[in-house]
Amino acid sequence: MFELKHVGHVYGGRPVLDLPEHIEANPGEKWLLHGPSGSGKTTLLHIIAGLLKPSRGHVHIAEQDIYALTETTRDRFRGQRIGIVFQQFYLLPVFTVLENLLMAHYMAGVQQDSARVEQVLATLGLAGREHAYPSELSFGQQQRVAIARAVINRPQLLLADEPTSGLDDTRSEQVLDLLTSSAREVQATLVVASHDHRITDSFDHCIALDEQVEMSA
Amino acid sequence: MNLFKISLAYIYRRKLNTLLNMVLLGLGTGIVIVLLLFGEQFEENLHRNVQNIDVVVGAKGSPLQLILSSVFHVDVPTGNIPLLEARELAKNRAVAQAIPLALGDNYRGYRIVGTTSEYARHYRAELIDGTFWDAPYQVVIGAQVVNETGLALGDKVISSHGLTAETASDQHESQPFRVVGVLQPTGSIIDRLLLTSVETVWLVHEPHEEGEGDEQDHHMESHADEDSARDVLGLSLDSEADAEREVTSLLIRYRSPIAAVSFPRYVNKETKFQAASPAFETTRLFALLGVGLEVVRVFGGVLVFAAALSIFVALYNAMKDRRYDLAMMRALGASRGKLFVQVLVEGVLLTLMGTGLGFALGHASTEVIGAWVREAQHINLTGWIILPDEFWLIGLALVLGSVSALIPALQVYRTDVAQTLVEVS
Repeated sequence: MFELKHVGHVYGGRPVLDLPEHIEANPGEKWLLHGPSGSGKTTLLHIIAGLLKPSRGHVHIAEQDIYALTETTRDRFRGQRIGIVFQQFYLLPVFTVLENLLMAHYMAGVQQDSARVEQVLATLGLAGREHAYPSELSFGQQQRVAIARAVINRPQLLLADEPTSGLDDTRSEQVLDLLTSSAREVQATLVVASHDHRITDSFDHCIALDEQVEMSA
Repeated sequence: MNLFKISLAYIYRRKLNTLLNMVLLGLGTGIVIVLLLFGEQFEENLHRNVQNIDVVVGAKGSPLQLILSSVFHVDVPTGNIPLLEARELAKNRAVAQAIPLALGDNYRGYRIVGTTSEYARHYRAELIDGTFWDAPYQVVIGAQVVNETGLALGDKVISSHGLTAETASDQHESQPFRVVGVLQPTGSIIDRLLLTSVETVWLVHEPHEEGEGDEQDHHMESHADEDSARDVLGLSLDSEADAEREVTSLLIRYRSPIAAVSFPRYVNKETKFQAASPAFETTRLFALLGVGLEVVRVFGGVLVFAAALSIFVALYNAMKDRRYDLAMMRALGASRGKLFVQVLVEGVLLTLMGTGLGFALGHASTEVIGAWVREAQHINLTGWIILPDEFWLIGLALVLGSVSALIPALQVYRTDVAQTLVEVS
């Protein structure tokens, strides 16, 4: 599903990421980017998402070298093929839940489909909250809206940044289950960046990041 | 979801700020629109009153005063000129037509003008009721006089000496006028006048003993009836009395435009009169007023500029507050170009709302002022017309709005998504 070819990144003259090896993930797999804060997890996640061009190496998603694309094409590609759940969610505060999800359709340039929105919301237990504003939702509900927005365009890759930080054991398990089932539903490869040791067992593949270097599969 | 919906949602989010921008821009464009409407219609009114009057001849003094008193009927005359000499001047080869005016009385502030029926014809004022005078002490009244005094055909009019109601001294109670004709509305000064024969004005002002009046009336009447005994001005001839008689001014139309150079020079140098050009004097009047109008116009411009600046600051701050939203939109697939356009759309929408408000304010306040001025002055001012210049103004405001949105839009265009998202992480 994605392929990382000797990806490395230097920021401000300092190497922040260095993956000497070739890493390849298959559709439907669950991957963990694991390491302490400052180890370059978020940087790698942004690189995979097509948000940050690495200083070195190539990123292939669905056989496409995404940094060979023009920026506008890459934006469009990301909108349609990659769903991202950021740690801060970044729900748009001036829009309702429904509008936030339709925004994902609109920005990715796909047909806006309220029925699809209803369906995803129902799957995530958010039925009836379409017209609520993000500020009117609980933390857990906001997270589920963020997940809904990430999967609404049926991406091939679902990325999540620190989804379990600040959650108790039960809650983090629930969130992982939600991410896993959501990814399975659209047959997406799931990539989670986390420093959380509690969740390592749930993943079949792991890229361990340690200050810089390191990896295993 | 579309660009307009997104922009409106954000604009609505900043209600107070949006209100400030709209009010600033609304006041600025509103003031400029009021000025445009005023200037245009005021000038049009003036021109309607001076059309086809090439020159006015009257007693020496201020030429502007002569024009104001004899054309616009707002100032006191510079004096009178002897009838005999006026008659000679009217025979000048350069003169195609000379209409005599004799001022001196008013009826409740409306001037009674002694003249000939040529005067009404000049302003294309047709009678809608009655006839022109054929004897002394008969008046034909303008449309606005009818509206505001309620005078009707056959009514008695007691005139006062003087030109305004305030300065009027004694009333000519012994010699009431009678309304014999009513003019249609023309939109020109004639609507506010009472017209009578020049002979009547002479009669009113000739020194006479009480009781002698009737005799003189008959004396004049007999002359008025004789069509043959009329002079070049259309006035009755009276060899004994004419030497003593005066008129206030002559409204003159030239036989050919060439006279515009030689005739006024001749009058000013060779006679005891002065010649004043209405076109020239109104232009001069406008130049005097122009300074005041210019100040107000600059003020309007300053407001529009301040509004543009305020829109710029508002958008600039809004984009800062919204940088995570914008980064998220990029993450969702929006290109730099799309976000750039979105910020521009927001700026243009703000500008449209502001100019829309200004458009409404400008026209409504012109109409309100117009309604008030219509009562007090002889100016027909309305807010319910749209001038071509307004489209320029709105176009200009839109350009200004887009320009103020340009820098924030560029800022958004340049933003690095990953960098922004890492800032808080």
